[in-house]
Amino acid sequence: MKAIEPHLPVLPVLIPLFGALFSAFFRRGASAWLVALVATWLAAAVSCWLLAKALATGMPISYQLGGWAVPWGIEYRVDVLNGFVGALVTTIGAVIMPYARRSVAHEIDQHVQAWFYTMYLLCMTGLLGITLTGDAFNVFVFLEVSSLSTYVLIAMGRHRRAVLAAYQYLIVGTIGATFYVIGIGLLYLVTGSLNLADISARLATAPPEFARPVVTALGFLTIGICLKLALFPLHVWLPNAYAYAPSVATVFLAATATKVAVYLLLRFFFTVFGAGIGLASVPIPELLFVFSIAAMFIASFSAAFENNAKRMLAYSSIAQIGYITLGIALANQSGLTGSIVHLLNHAIMKATLFMALGAVAFRLGVVQISDLAGLGRKMPVTMATFVVAGLGIIGVPGTAGFISKWHLALGALEKGMWPLVFAIVSSSLIALVYIGRVVEVAYFREPAAAANKAHDPPISMLAPMLLLAAATIWFGLDTRASVGIAAEGAKVLLGGLK
Amino acid sequence: MMTSTFVQPALVLIAGGLLLPLIRGALRSAWLLVIPLIAAYLVAIVPDGTAVTTSFLGQQLTIVKGDNLSRLFAMVFAIATFAGALFALNQRRTSELSAAFVYAGSAIGACFAGDLISLFVFWEAMAIASTIVLWSNGPNARGAGLRYAALHFLGGTILMAGIAGEFAATGSLAFDRMDASTTPRCLILAGFLINAAATPLSAWLPDAYPEASWSGMVFLSAFTTKTAVYVMIRGFPGTEILIWIGLAMVFYGIVYAILENDMRRILAYSIVNQVGFMVVGVGIGTEMALNGASAHAFTHIIYKALLLMSAGSVLYMTGMRKCTDLGGLFRTMPVTTTCGIIGALSISSFPLTSGFVSKSMVIEGAAQEHMKIVWLLLQAASAGVFLHAGIKFPWFVFFQKDSGLRPSEPPWNMRAAMILCSALCIGLGVMPQLLYAQLPFKVDYAPYTTSHIIGQLQLLLFSGLAFFLMLDLLKRTMTITLDVDWLWRRLGWNVLSWFDTMVGRWWAITTRKVSAASLTALARIQQYHGQGGMFGRTWPTGTMAFWMTVMLGAFLILAYI
Repeated sequence: MKAIEPHLPVLPVLIPLFGALFSAFFRRGASAWLVALVATWLAAAVSCWLLAKALATGMPISYQLGGWAVPWGIEYRVDVLNGFVGALVTTIGAVIMPYARRSVAHEIDQHVQAWFYTMYLLCMTGLLGITLTGDAFNVFVFLEVSSLSTYVLIAMGRHRRAVLAAYQYLIVGTIGATFYVIGIGLLYLVTGSLNLADISARLATAPPEFARPVVTALGFLTIGICLKLALFPLHVWLPNAYAYAPSVATVFLAATATKVAVYLLLRFFFTVFGAGIGLASVPIPELLFVFSIAAMFIASFSAAFENNAKRMLAYSSIAQIGYITLGIALANQSGLTGSIVHLLNHAIMKATLFMALGAVAFRLGVVQISDLAGLGRKMPVTMATFVVAGLGIIGVPGTAGFISKWHLALGALEKGMWPLVFAIVSSSLIALVYIGRVVEVAYFREPAAAANKAHDPPISMLAPMLLLAAATIWFGLDTRASVGIAAEGAKVLLGGLK
Repeated sequence: MMTSTFVQPALVLIAGGLLLPLIRGALRSAWLLVIPLIAAYLVAIVPDGTAVTTSFLGQQLTIVKGDNLSRLFAMVFAIATFAGALFALNQRRTSELSAAFVYAGSAIGACFAGDLISLFVFWEAMAIASTIVLWSNGPNARGAGLRYAALHFLGGTILMAGIAGEFAATGSLAFDRMDASTTPRCLILAGFLINAAATPLSAWLPDAYPEASWSGMVFLSAFTTKTAVYVMIRGFPGTEILIWIGLAMVFYGIVYAILENDMRRILAYSIVNQVGFMVVGVGIGTEMALNGASAHAFTHIIYKALLLMSAGSVLYMTGMRKCTDLGGLFRTMPVTTTCGIIGALSISSFPLTSGFVSKSMVIEGAAQEHMKIVWLLLQAASAGVFLHAGIKFPWFVFFQKDSGLRPSEPPWNMRAAMILCSALCIGLGVMPQLLYAQLPFKVDYAPYTTSHIIGQLQLLLFSGLAFFLMLDLLKRTMTITLDVDWLWRRLGWNVLSWFDTMVGRWWAITTRKVSAASLTALARIQQYHGQGGMFGRTWPTGTMAFWMTVMLGAFLILAYI
């Protein structure tokens, strides 16, 4: 333990990376799954340890890769915020694993199952790399690692439109990554550094004639990252990608990929640029308000009219991203706390919802809303977890979703922005419509012929769903851990603003 | 985080409801009957003052805070749950009973909530559970359930906005007496009024409740509106506008109930009418009037449950709900008929029934404050109650013509539930002191004075007379001298029906316009957001790239200007 503790910040990235390499050697899906299972749980344990350490020290933990000194070498820099996101990504990734075995075996051809797990681990590597590294170009490298593996994961879907969805995501994702690199390039021209903390320090003392390239860099970075987090109207790749990807890939991507992009946005806005030019001098808050509210309503309406349940939840994700970016736009303690805690809460709820749909696909092979008729009786546990998580998405008190919205509403009130509270609550009403549609079909309609023989999936798939559904309730009642860490994270970010 | 070894009564019912699907066979009936009794016992031992607190989101929440008022409402909710469960033992849809228990538990929880957040949580739980009770009646209830849910969540939203505003303005979440002087407090009151089925949003109640099953409506009638009355007694006593809103509800209920043909819709309109009396009492706000409103809520829940049980029994045995299809059932359903009549007499405040000892307190409250117009309108409305609920319901369902139906009496448990409620109605009418001892304020009121009894009997007699005069068929055989009295009653009737036609026409036009506008809006939303719409379809890759460039351009332009 003593020997590995100094290397803790880099381990969560290395474990899945080597897991991916290792699992690529296998031909049988079951062996690759076993490797992935071990790798994800190890990574989760290490990440939680790392988070605990970051919480205990209260200072960023710095790790110099290969022993190269800081502004030149690559630094891994872990504070409460990215420790939290890292623990979130690995824990969700690990919890999905027991579920993945049966679902993947059902949805993906035998000879590519091992590749699925390889890509899953690579995707996780990429996401963790983005989260934990303190180097701007290293972020780009891991962004590409995670993106490329994501395209493959999506393309593995059974539906023939999966390939098109992956292709579209590839095109726009590449444009987004290019914007990111251009932004980094401009920053490098101004500051001569790629280390995030170093850039931040140098921007603070940069001469005023550099303001123009810095603002341009901010523009490129914002648009590039917002594409990755699917901010409206840059969200169009997401519904199809989530709808046609294999169930397990959808669960993992919906719970983690956009969250990491949100983290990256927070890092650039508050830690890197906050010190240099201050967010208020550019119209970012105004733009974010407009697009967040548009996302909350437009995507929710689209979800309410959608007939494919997976696609409906994908639209719901876009709306929920709107809440998160709304908190970023508020840029005060309560708003940011709401945003950060919603990273966790939304990940838990959406993973539960997509897992429930994955279980339906496992039994019925389809996920049109009309196909869910009568499943409340045929698959009672599955649909019960769906309802619990659905209540969370609506924001019913007692569930995790309420906690996030409560802090967002407090943040809006602190700024005196009354109408925002109405926007938050009334967009939740639309969530009530689309979740209510599923509940009504599942519980109050007679099952179709195909659904008659359906029953709950095996325990290996049920247990992760039940665990996350319980977490939805748990984090709705006991908020000491979730809100506590989120508030710490918000404090770290706002500290960078001064 | 409990401050004493004390169990929140609401949790017993909620847990009992949630566990119900797991229990089968004979145990199920026992479970259904024992759980409400345990809850009633726990309600009875809730101490005065704060009993259970917890901290949530950095706020101290008072989950249980007892006093006479909250115990009174919680107790009648527990009684109604027991009677309703006894009545509903034959209900095979477990989802309905399960939801009904959660619904009742949430209502009790709301009664003991000492702060606005706990209140809101139970408030929303009631909305969800009651929607499920409605939906359990199968496909016919789907639309009504959706409309019901939409309105109640809208009410919840308004309430939440009010609570957030109140918290922002005062920094306190305590639920105490407030005045409707600030915007947030007006929003809170509006949220309460929506649940009370206040005018002009009364229509959700007669729209939704009659679509519930024969047992579901018994549960639905008891909790939502009365919880709203309770929170208004606690939060907004003496708010003058409530007097006029209450009066509007009273007359709305009468007019529509007189014109209605569906027996359970008659009773639904009459709920609006009766809650109107309570809202008037809250609006007057004196100790007498608040006692009256509380007492009337207590007795109303029981006799309305009784009326709905007798209507439910008829529906259960015949499958019919229209007055024109029914009639003459007294031959084969004597117990149901008798119990229905006892309920009808109670709602009409006949002496020796529970309605007599409670409604008169509200009217006395108006008299003590010398509110002449209010007093007069309430007296007139009492006559109207007898017309629509006291005579019309039993007459058309059980007597009138012989419909040829010969249903037998309902099963034993349904009869037992009706007899229990009848006994409570008469018991409280004969021994009002039992009820008065539980009221929030000290009672200094004797209902049984000679003048009061005679006055009430006259009122009932004449309105009864008017009822039979207006039955075309009976008019020929009735040999009662027609004097001046007839003129104004006839005239009154004409004015009433003219008024109704006007209101009906206006309502029809408004609803047509509103629904046309909302359909257009919905179509517009679907046009853009539906699957073929701009936001719902898959964009070509080039379009996505185009918008990214536009966003970047817009950002840069905005940054430099």
